[in-house]
Amino acid sequence: MSDAIEKVSIIVSKGSLEGVYPGLIMANGARAEGMEANLFFTFFGLDAIHRGRHEHIKVATVGNPGLHFATMLGGLPGMSAVMTHFMDRKMAQLDIPPIPEFIEMIADSGAGLYACKASVDLFGLDRDDFIPQVKDVITVGEFYGLAAGGQIIFT
Amino acid sequence: MTTTTLAGAEVALDDEGFFCDPHQWSEAMAAEIAAGEGITSLTERHWQVITFMRHEYEEKGAAPNVRALSKASGVPIKELYQLFPKGPAKLAAKIAGVPKPHGCI
Repeated sequence: MSDAIEKVSIIVSKGSLEGVYPGLIMANGARAEGMEANLFFTFFGLDAIHRGRHEHIKVATVGNPGLHFATMLGGLPGMSAVMTHFMDRKMAQLDIPPIPEFIEMIADSGAGLYACKASVDLFGLDRDDFIPQVKDVITVGEFYGLAAGGQIIFT
Repeated sequence: MTTTTLAGAEVALDDEGFFCDPHQWSEAMAAEIAAGEGITSLTERHWQVITFMRHEYEEKGAAPNVRALSKASGVPIKELYQLFPKGPAKLAAKIAGVPKPHGCI
């Protein structure tokens, strides 16, 4: 198969549960098919690799038409936590790992994990705020260098 | 679908090189298939995974994905990727003569 994809570099820019998972599934799936994979976390996506926050990623219950949930209800205190808990349970039933475990698994499979320097500066973070699996904090130019020759997926 | 000879016997493979009929597989073929995938020698650890893959297919009718393979066989993900660099579930299934595992995780 001469036009098979050899490498993917996936950008994770969102910090919600439904915003983080697609990128992780793409990266894990790529490694399982023998492709090289990179994950680049930017903006709120940094939460997924942030030590203090990666266990607390929530479902967005307001302004999320795909959830088919009344906005007034979605804004009530605790709604996001309830929805997140519900989703977590459903995913556990399907053996989809929680975000911290999933990211560790993806790193173990040999994918490269990177944090976006601009976002790190913007949020006043540094290397120590992130999980040890993060290879480096890089600029957009460095990301393009890493991604060269492969496909780029923005999530 | 193509017909090839492995370990002196004729086998039918699909477009991706997976066995159309797992019953045609024999242990002697594993080394040849592995060599074709760039794995020059099969260690005991490789065999542990291959045997496990085959067993899971026979028990459940389907080969497990990487995560299920790791959990049930006890071989950690990191090691699985070291043993089978280009996708452990895919490769181990091919070498074990079972169909490609399906799944998104």
